[in-house]
Amino acid sequence: MDVLKRVPVREQEPSVRAKNFEEVCLGYNKEEAMLEATRCLKCKNPKCVLGCPVSIDIPGFIKEVEAGNIEEAYRVISTYSALPAVCGRVCPQESQCEAKCIRGIKGDPVSIGKLERFVADWARENGIKPELPKEKKGKKVAVIGSGPAGLTCAGDLAKLGYDVTIFEALHEPGGVLVYGIPEFRLPKSTVVATEVENVRALGVKIETNVVIGKSTTIDELFNEEDFDAVFIGSGAGLPKFMGIPGENANGVFSANEYLTRSNLMKAFDESYDTPIVSSKKVAVVGGGNVAMDAARTALRLGAEVHIVYRRSEEELPARVEEVHHAKEEGIIFDLLTNPTEILVDENGWVKGMRCVKMELGEPDASGRRKPVEVPDSEFVLELDTVIMSLGTSPNPLISSTTEGLKINSHKCIIAEETDGKTTKEGVYAGGDAVTGAATVILAMGAGKAAAKGIDEFLS
Amino acid sequence: MYKITKKVLLASNIYLMDVEAPRVAKSCYPGQFVIVKMDEKGERIPLTICDYDREEGTVSIVFQAVGPSTQMMAKYEVGEYFRDFTGPLGCKSELIDEPVEELKEKKILFVAGGVGTAPVYPQVKWMKSIGCNVDCIIGARSNDFIILEDQMKEVAANVYVATDDGSYGFKGNVNDMIKELVQNQGKSYDLVIAIGPIIMMKFVCLLTKELGIKTVVSMNPIMVDGTGMCGACRITVGGQVKFACVDGPEFDGHLVDFDEAMKRSQMYKTKEGRKELREKEGDTHHGGCGYCGSEE
Repeated sequence: MDVLKRVPVREQEPSVRAKNFEEVCLGYNKEEAMLEATRCLKCKNPKCVLGCPVSIDIPGFIKEVEAGNIEEAYRVISTYSALPAVCGRVCPQESQCEAKCIRGIKGDPVSIGKLERFVADWARENGIKPELPKEKKGKKVAVIGSGPAGLTCAGDLAKLGYDVTIFEALHEPGGVLVYGIPEFRLPKSTVVATEVENVRALGVKIETNVVIGKSTTIDELFNEEDFDAVFIGSGAGLPKFMGIPGENANGVFSANEYLTRSNLMKAFDESYDTPIVSSKKVAVVGGGNVAMDAARTALRLGAEVHIVYRRSEEELPARVEEVHHAKEEGIIFDLLTNPTEILVDENGWVKGMRCVKMELGEPDASGRRKPVEVPDSEFVLELDTVIMSLGTSPNPLISSTTEGLKINSHKCIIAEETDGKTTKEGVYAGGDAVTGAATVILAMGAGKAAAKGIDEFLS
Repeated sequence: MYKITKKVLLASNIYLMDVEAPRVAKSCYPGQFVIVKMDEKGERIPLTICDYDREEGTVSIVFQAVGPSTQMMAKYEVGEYFRDFTGPLGCKSELIDEPVEELKEKKILFVAGGVGTAPVYPQVKWMKSIGCNVDCIIGARSNDFIILEDQMKEVAANVYVATDDGSYGFKGNVNDMIKELVQNQGKSYDLVIAIGPIIMMKFVCLLTKELGIKTVVSMNPIMVDGTGMCGACRITVGGQVKFACVDGPEFDGHLVDFDEAMKRSQMYKTKEGRKELREKEGDTHHGGCGYCGSEE
């Protein structure tokens, strides 16, 4: 074994997986995981932990994996993270824990994410559950939203003995884990459902179909339902559009709509009732993880797919692994390209997209090179579907219906980073609702911090 | 799970159901809607709220069984359950927050087309409850498609029924009826609220613009989540893109781009589906049944 190289992880063949919604990455088995674990130097002063937003004792759990004590490894991780099977799959490890790994200076960093995932999957397959709380506090906390921030906050509070109820607007808990991230990256019925069950097993109640701000309000939760504190983890679910002509044509979707139809409503499976458009040639506008997810979903539904992004490959905000997978599967990257108009046929359907070529200008104040239009470079891409993946912002529904809850100019709830405290007493917030669209692990970190803040407030 | 406590066949293929949903019943107002998902594999169907009982904790919905999902919904019986029932969604009618004294001064005409009578009813009932007498036109293709006439008569000052084929009431469409009232019977109105098929609302707005009467319509585009996170329901109002599920569903009818809305409502319809719908329902069909655009 070459210790400079990580143990390769088994994956579905690109030509096979491009036609199904099964998970792409098959993960390590026990032998592979134990072998990869030997590469960890068990640093006294581990830098990897500093790269993890919830500061998992990484060398601690890897030591147990190396020794083959997987159940103990799971206990170590569970102390820090409520959703290890999710984070091991979707965290951008290359810019977090693995970016700081000493092994990475000369060779590949240790595959921390894949090891975490192995441990969590093993625990699920062997029926290992998190430990139950011992004492009851006799106080009620409401958690709004059942995404990564809400699930983490609820799980931590339940472990401390609080009586926790999660309110979820959609019909399934999980937030972006169920409606946003596709099955082929994050299996729903096994991985997500189990993580949600683990939170329920701690005594957390989950009430679906409750839209806070409409079905009831935060003030009513305090005054009429006797909650002692509230955590807002409602995310950033409001899609952005470009504002170019033709954007309301049939065949133009937000990535949120396209992915919700496919992931949450399972439109890709014909035994489900929700339809999804059947496309021949699709452009996905944007370069983030959501754009990759939408593109790879459209590909699996049978289309030729183009990613249209105004900067170059280096600036793509998506994870390197996802870009790599997308390319392997045959997604075409039209980089340094910017749409200016969507062309519409006489029936109101998309028939093409007018684009211009871009080049990168001088770095701006933030050090990012701004794309500038190349003169006379206009061309038309013929298409029948366009998916806009330009980012999302927080929904103002909760902030606008809660007395005394302040937001900033980006409509994000103002909250302290250390404990999630908002401008309203007893109300805490975290995740994308506070930061705008970010990552699953940052949302979990914020959920953890707020659980601690709420515990201090109620003690 | 949400229990069905009442089921009534109102007219040919049009059903009313009361559903136990205490949180919705407690906080809903006329103008708002719910999303129903019948079972595990079902789609999310937007339906306007037709009535509610805050004490009983029930909400009434009305739907027309025309597509596969609504036909399946029609098979549900009292005592059975819907898997999901979310709401209230959307904004309440603007009338709810207007000062009562000002409302009493206003002469208001409600125009209901087909199943659109269902979302009109709670608004007229609300107006009656605050002491405002309003007029209401109920329009349908024929006698077989008229619903809630008796209920409406209890809450409206005057109810005018118009059928395209003259099988009941005034012979003609709702626009003919509006002209009859305004031009022949000397009635005058400050506000029209029109709810029905998009094509009906479009033509009512063309007429009321000519007559100089402010008009509010309730849009019913394709929806998925109904909470503002996807934009499937986007429409253009006064040149601005709006999400009907959070910004509406009610808008100033003289500013709505109806042609775009009509094209968007066709997005998931096959040729066969459109033909079947046309033959069965004519233009009395209102998207609120969940068929419009959301199924093949």
